[in-house]
Amino acid sequence: MSLNNLDTLYRQVIMDHYKNPRNRGNIDGDSVTIDMNNPTCGDRIQLQMQVENGIVKDAKFEGEGCSISMSSASMMTQAIKGKKVEDAEKMSRAFSEMMLGNEIDTEEFDLEDIEALQGVSKFPARIKCATLAWKAMEKGVREE
Amino acid sequence: MEVKAIKEQFPILNQEVNGHPLVYLDSSATSQKPASVIEAVNTYYREDNSNVHRGVHTLGTRATDKYEGAREKVRKFINAERTAEVIFTRGTTTAINTIATSYGRNKLKAGDEIVITPMEHHSNIIPWQQAAKATGATLKYIPLQSDGTVTLDDVRETVTKNTKIVAITHVSNVLGTINPIKEIAKIAHQHGAVIVVDGAQGAPHIQVDVAELDCDFYAFSGHKMCGPTGIGVLYGKRELLENMEPVEFGGEMIDFVNLYDSTWKELPWKFEGGTPIIAGAIGLGAAIDFILEVGQDNILEHEQKLADYAMEQLRTIDGITIYGPEKRAGLVTFNLDDVHPHDTATVLDSEGIAVRAGHHCAQPLMKWLDVTATARASFYLYNTNEDIDRLVAGLLKTKEYFGNVFK
Repeated sequence: MSLNNLDTLYRQVIMDHYKNPRNRGNIDGDSVTIDMNNPTCGDRIQLQMQVENGIVKDAKFEGEGCSISMSSASMMTQAIKGKKVEDAEKMSRAFSEMMLGNEIDTEEFDLEDIEALQGVSKFPARIKCATLAWKAMEKGVREE
Repeated sequence: MEVKAIKEQFPILNQEVNGHPLVYLDSSATSQKPASVIEAVNTYYREDNSNVHRGVHTLGTRATDKYEGAREKVRKFINAERTAEVIFTRGTTTAINTIATSYGRNKLKAGDEIVITPMEHHSNIIPWQQAAKATGATLKYIPLQSDGTVTLDDVRETVTKNTKIVAITHVSNVLGTINPIKEIAKIAHQHGAVIVVDGAQGAPHIQVDVAELDCDFYAFSGHKMCGPTGIGVLYGKRELLENMEPVEFGGEMIDFVNLYDSTWKELPWKFEGGTPIIAGAIGLGAAIDFILEVGQDNILEHEQKLADYAMEQLRTIDGITIYGPEKRAGLVTFNLDDVHPHDTATVLDSEGIAVRAGHHCAQPLMKWLDVTATARASFYLYNTNEDIDRLVAGLLKTKEYFGNVFK
């Protein structure tokens, strides 16, 4: 593998989310807060979600971690905002499939930026980085 | 020391990873194994496999002789007085847990103190946290200097007449700090405390003489010193071990078993419940043979040179932070500005260079360093200056790569 192959992992859009994270911060007012960390590497995320009438009204995160975990959190919050809770969960399942290297039905889901993370499936050691934020979201939805 | 000839004895090192010759710089996590160790385990399973201490048959005798022969090799290796003081365990973690449970929980009471340092590996923190919680004892920390060392004055300051146990690592797996065990043992003993040494990063690199150090317990792992995984050693002074209860009960460790009561075998077997780690112990014996043949002084000198060279070369990189003291064991922990260590490790891996990234099972130390994670390159007898050159080149590429993707 050469440095060129790294480009399948570190796509431009990922680096953009890493450098300019969307939805970083805290939600004022009622929200569910989930703290999650990856004990093997120390990445951690705090996700806040505001859910009303089964719709994710707002989602914000704070945390520390590598480019993959932080960009994934940025993309995830962007993707689920305004979505129905069950659609957010569906998306999370589709994301897990994508991390396993399986094809997903892109007709059904518009993954937008998230598709850029597809390359992570080729780097098994980094899959947990990418799924951290999604795991937090799933937990938050269950708690709601 | 003929490093090239040594390296050739490690089959795993002769391979390409991601299109580049492998540079293995993660020996503090686990070392690679020479052919002689692999062969010793292989031969045992092919020719001698049998349970120990019970077979009347020939294979049983052979297996027992090899297993107990390995114990004698360990005894000599650490200069213990008797083989009764050498207990085989699953590794350092199990060894420290055995001490914390059997010695700690039984001897400690409310008001007693356990003294450790913030540079400990989790396996030399959590067993003591648990022992403190179970007994009402207090856990105290010897403060660290800004370079990640401890001073004997601070040890004297922290250890009091209430201190019953001082538990400290021989060598820090993150900072590379080498602790003055002999002097700390003396202070502990002056206060009537015992000293427990986490030797996981010590025994592979530094000649350990438990008599000279006068440590009460010394724990280490086989897999970090060219041996197999799943085997470790708990050394303890006989008079202490004699008065300790086993923590695992069952086969192999008993003398007489009655319906409602049982008695234990003598040392060291009372601490080795169940069929022991026979192949692992034999592999560890072979690893000790290998290390002694190369020479422990040679290994230490070689690693010291590698560490010096690595420090000198890594310092030439702009935006690198190196953690730990100047005088250190053969490892360097660092971070590059604006690049997370996982990302650094991934780019290095793409160049065939294996380093560790993360918290290195030392979260309190990461907090002390005020980082969430670091990258670590650790060296052993098979590493060369060329490996370090490759690391430096890899780090420059990492910087360049992340510099570019950010543009």
